[in-house]
Amino acid sequence: MFESLSDRLDVALKTLKGESKLTELNVAQSVKEIRRALVAADVNYKIAKDFTDKIKDKALGKENLLKAVKPGELMVKIVMDELIDLMGGQAAGINLKGNPTVILIAGLQGSGKTTFSGKLAHFLKTKRSKKPLLVACDVYRPAAINQLSVLAGQVGVPVYKEEENKNPVEISLKAIAHAKTLNCDVVIVDTAGRLSVDEEMMKEIANIKDAILPDETLFVVDSMTGQDAVNTAQAFNERINYDGVVLTKLDGDTRGGAALSVKYTVGKPIKFVSTGEKMDALDVFYPDRMAQRILGMGDIVSFVERAQEQFDEEEAKRLEKKIKKNQLDFNDFLGQLKQIRKMGDMKSLLGMIPGISKMTKDINIDDNALNKVEAIIQSMTPQERENPDLINMNRKKRIALGCGQKLDDINRFMKQFEQMRQFMHQMSKSPMMGGAPAAQGKRPGFRGRR
Amino acid sequence: MSFFTRFFNKEKKEDLDKGLEKTKTSFLGKLSKAIAGKSTVDEEVLDELENVLITSDVGLDTTVKIIERIEERVARDKYLNTEELNFILRDEIVRLLGENNSEDLEDYTLPGTGKPCVIMVVGVNGVGKTTTIGKLAHQYKLQGKKVVLGAGDTFRAAAVDQLEIWSKRVGCDFFSKGMNADPAAVAYETVQYAIDNNCDVAIIDTAGRLHTKINLMNELTKIKRSIGKRLEGAPHEVMLVLDATTGQNAIEQARHFTDATELTALALTKLDGTAKGGVAIGISDQFKIPIKYIGVGEGIDKLQVFNKRAFVESLFE
Repeated sequence: MFESLSDRLDVALKTLKGESKLTELNVAQSVKEIRRALVAADVNYKIAKDFTDKIKDKALGKENLLKAVKPGELMVKIVMDELIDLMGGQAAGINLKGNPTVILIAGLQGSGKTTFSGKLAHFLKTKRSKKPLLVACDVYRPAAINQLSVLAGQVGVPVYKEEENKNPVEISLKAIAHAKTLNCDVVIVDTAGRLSVDEEMMKEIANIKDAILPDETLFVVDSMTGQDAVNTAQAFNERINYDGVVLTKLDGDTRGGAALSVKYTVGKPIKFVSTGEKMDALDVFYPDRMAQRILGMGDIVSFVERAQEQFDEEEAKRLEKKIKKNQLDFNDFLGQLKQIRKMGDMKSLLGMIPGISKMTKDINIDDNALNKVEAIIQSMTPQERENPDLINMNRKKRIALGCGQKLDDINRFMKQFEQMRQFMHQMSKSPMMGGAPAAQGKRPGFRGRR
Repeated sequence: MSFFTRFFNKEKKEDLDKGLEKTKTSFLGKLSKAIAGKSTVDEEVLDELENVLITSDVGLDTTVKIIERIEERVARDKYLNTEELNFILRDEIVRLLGENNSEDLEDYTLPGTGKPCVIMVVGVNGVGKTTTIGKLAHQYKLQGKKVVLGAGDTFRAAAVDQLEIWSKRVGCDFFSKGMNADPAAVAYETVQYAIDNNCDVAIIDTAGRLHTKINLMNELTKIKRSIGKRLEGAPHEVMLVLDATTGQNAIEQARHFTDATELTALALTKLDGTAKGGVAIGISDQFKIPIKYIGVGEGIDKLQVFNKRAFVESLFE
């Protein structure tokens, strides 16, 4: 997601690689590069300037000039600390204390409010055990109400709508009363998209806020927004004084500078990031992890967390035993593949592993590659799956026919599988792998990069 | 020029001016503030100019290009006062916009002479594809053309309904196979419908997609191919809709979408209000795909033919 920014920062920091210490001259050079990197990433010009001035001061601070660390590494640390600082230190939670908790969603047209509303309902339902009610207050855009209804159906939460009513204040007030009869403890109010210079519409959203007194007001921003993000964020903040920001469409290749600008300008925390079109593609925002990602240092914590969500302890123990005995078979392998899939698409997963994101940025990781492997395994008989050593040339030919691939493909896959089995068997003997799943077992191998 | 056309143009101009007001005030306001109290164009003024251009989303590369040209002129003319800077800047931007050799549309001219004329509309999520289609259909309808809209966004919740409501507003035909239908099949059959029903124009909507999703981009290529299968030479236009509030990512979007579908036109939406028109300058400079339309408001008639000179004038007036 932030590849381009991290690429450019990389160039900026590389100018320091060969230097033995930070000097006025080399700092000035790399600071200029960093500034350009930020501006090209849509960070507001003024903010980029402030940011790099701060870095410059820190880098040239007395204590830093004396320290015997490599200047490149020191600079990375300074930039990283500042980035985390800029993006708001700690992760900010969402206030769910109200009864019912009322959450108001606002933003520009096309920023992704309605989709986010659906995702938030799903998130609160599945991860916070809440009973949300979605409220359709976009009375202007054609079919917006219908869109929210469809999403509500998808995530299995009720929706409150009044097709004929054109008064969002009224609708939202009635919805809150309705929530009480339904026993819903969270009310999510989706509103129409509006431009910050549209006085009438801005008045409307302020009126809605005054009427329903939400516990939490969230401002939704398209992460691809340019320099104007600052003005929009400010204008909305002046009118509705929101509690947090939601960044959408972060699964594209946007450099995401808007995120930095918005945070810096209005000082409100970024609470959620949205990373895909599926209803579960919503993550809580962690500033430190995001900073690591920007700098191309991966986000191993998110990776492990996502792995853990899909992780089945008993299954893992069973697998571990099998690995130790070198008995891993195709059924296990297929199960693992399915688990990986559940975690998301390959590229975004790999992007979280330190050092990998840079290697994969120009490669199109085809999720279909997994399809091919699955097809091969599914063309095997149950006995073959349980006992890989059974597969001889004749069987291979049959499998190749079955899955519509070449014999070479089958051979290559069998060889890879055998290698993997050996590798995991050996890993299981080493003390480093204490019953953890394969993904964690690999971690030490990636660590030494930076 | 007849009184009527002059009047009409004036009205349009007002829309554009109003739409760009925010851009304009920031652009001009920032520039005049930057050069206040200065009599000659020096390094400091150029730095400020860089700031103004970048914060208007013109983009780093194009900004550097413009600055270099002005530097050249400063070097050539030796003495340049700040009043002249306004004119020179305007001049350079018009020239830059003109360098992609594209003629501005006279009116809402149909691309090509084929009948039906097929227009495929693509873009990332939430840029305003469906709205732009509705507005464009309205213009064709005003010209007395028979128009059909094809509901090729079968993915996003209620997208089909949204387009259908637009078709009713415009009073044109509508073709759909419902949600979750194969978009390539919808595209193919929309063209079929247009042929069978003697339509002049078929406009095909597609689902919004981020340009980094390879599978989805491949799907677009397939949709385009299936249109061509039904009618040779179609689609006659592939139009990318860009959100003017988008920053430098717009350039990436244009690049990837043109790889997948060979774009022939751009439409820039949400230029009213807060939007920064600057991205139009950057896009024109970096791509040889003409900007044909700009969206300047929510009303059905708030889609304009893009005119370079009028656009630049609007920035500076």
